[in-house]
Amino acid sequence: MFTTELLRQLDKITGQYEQKQAALLPVLHAVQEKEGLISPESEQDVSRYLGVPVVHVHEAVSFYHLFHQTKKGKCHFSVCQTTSCALLGGEDIIGHIKDRLGIKPGETTPDGKFSLSVVECLGACELAPMMQCNKEYRGFLNKKKINELIDQNK
Amino acid sequence: MEKVLTRNFGLENSHRLATYLKNKGYEAARKALTQMTPAQVIEEIKKSNLRGLGGAGFPTGMKWGFIPQANPKPKYLVVNGDEGEPGTFKDKYIFERDPHALLEGIIVTCYAIASHKAYVYVRGEYVKSMQTLQAAIDEANSSGYLGKGIMGTTFDLDVVVHPGAGAYICGEETALLESLEGKKGFPRLRPPFPAVVGLFGCPTVINNVETLACVGPIIANGGGWFAKLGSPKNGGNRLFCVSGHVNKPGVYELPNGTTLRAIIYEHAGGVPNGRKLKAVIPGGISAPVLTADEIDVKMDFDSLKSIGSMAGSGGIIVMDDTTDMVWAAMVAARFFAHESCGQCSPCREGSGWVYNNLKKLYHGGARPHDLANLPGIIGNIGGNTICAFGDAVTMSVGSYVLKFREEFENKIKERVCRI
Repeated sequence: MFTTELLRQLDKITGQYEQKQAALLPVLHAVQEKEGLISPESEQDVSRYLGVPVVHVHEAVSFYHLFHQTKKGKCHFSVCQTTSCALLGGEDIIGHIKDRLGIKPGETTPDGKFSLSVVECLGACELAPMMQCNKEYRGFLNKKKINELIDQNK
Repeated sequence: MEKVLTRNFGLENSHRLATYLKNKGYEAARKALTQMTPAQVIEEIKKSNLRGLGGAGFPTGMKWGFIPQANPKPKYLVVNGDEGEPGTFKDKYIFERDPHALLEGIIVTCYAIASHKAYVYVRGEYVKSMQTLQAAIDEANSSGYLGKGIMGTTFDLDVVVHPGAGAYICGEETALLESLEGKKGFPRLRPPFPAVVGLFGCPTVINNVETLACVGPIIANGGGWFAKLGSPKNGGNRLFCVSGHVNKPGVYELPNGTTLRAIIYEHAGGVPNGRKLKAVIPGGISAPVLTADEIDVKMDFDSLKSIGSMAGSGGIIVMDDTTDMVWAAMVAARFFAHESCGQCSPCREGSGWVYNNLKKLYHGGARPHDLANLPGIIGNIGGNTICAFGDAVTMSVGSYVLKFREEFENKIKERVCRI
């Protein structure tokens, strides 16, 4: 069940829309921000809250890749693999993170500290090769920068 | 050259209302609201030859004119800030460095189409953009530039920021509407067009962020002034995003019609390490790739179309002579296979087949029929789908095979395994 505080936040969000169900994406963002993932229980809660079938909520959760059905590590690397980043060594960056952390894209380290995702263009090709570390954009990546980031968050 | 879109970018606190007001901010909106009729505003935009800078290049004034004013339903403006086209990163700069220029364009546009509600759909990853824009909206609301009775007039307008959640297809305008209504982003069949049946079934204009950022300056200085800045039928400057193998990647504001050669060599510093240019994507990954011999083309919608490519979203990706074009085609195909929404079979299945074929060609293990089949698979996606994504797969990936055929054939001959 949603806390009173979260409910208040959700009411504020849905109040901006002509139709309550239109707020599905921002509502899911708010729930994930609080809980770190969208669990089947949360899907039920959101379904009840917005008055839409639970399958409708699940459909959105599985369609949009920013929503997670499993918890991500404290430090979540989303590394771009699209053209501009790939031209400037994006694949080596992904390879280096895999080696350093011993995980494949889509996985989380057993200690729950790091997750790796390989993603398509994040709209920051001027910083290539780049990635998102949680919500923050980091560009002009090289092995040294990756090592520093991993060591800082260990 | 006169800066239009980036005029405030270099100012300290350029995202704040006070800075914007010091530099003639909101005077264009005041002029439109107090001295012009909606029809006059639309006429001025038509005169400016402003075209949709999200990628389609549709004349903006004409789009606004399609809104049926006799329709009693509410009208909406939806701002497309989903910015997902690989190679494109300009809207982010407008959100973060001059959000009030966008808001001023929104006010004028809503006035022209008699809308009192605008939604700005921002891609979910652009967290900083959303925060900056929301702060600008809050400032504008509390200072009377948004909300009830804007600037002492009787015109009301609310602007809502809506976060996307990581789906390229939501940059397609009807998928964006679906997403904004709280559904998965599946493009809609047209007709009906959004101008008649759009958001919540109501008449809706969907414009790109950069397009709207042009609107204030057009109203302030006149449509004729803007038209003169660019090419015939493609007025104004635009933000060219340059990335890949160049010395100075970044956003460059230049007149429409600037040559691609000038953008790469004079502005973006040329190709690094003394290497030679091999290929350029001129307008985001969906645009057919150009060879080094084609870069004297003028960068505007009509000139690029005339040589079989497109100006698209202004995302220029530069590739030097070390680039393996089969690899580049594979990377593009991987993007399309990953981002196909899955609604139409030719695109859902086809984009995956194309990617698999190219993977085999690049990594080794391809047989002659894998290359022979490729044009057929690629050619059967475009034109057979609900939205233009399928056409993008056909045009984009098809152009690599067409223009660099020899490299593809060599892969079959070499039969080298790169796994």
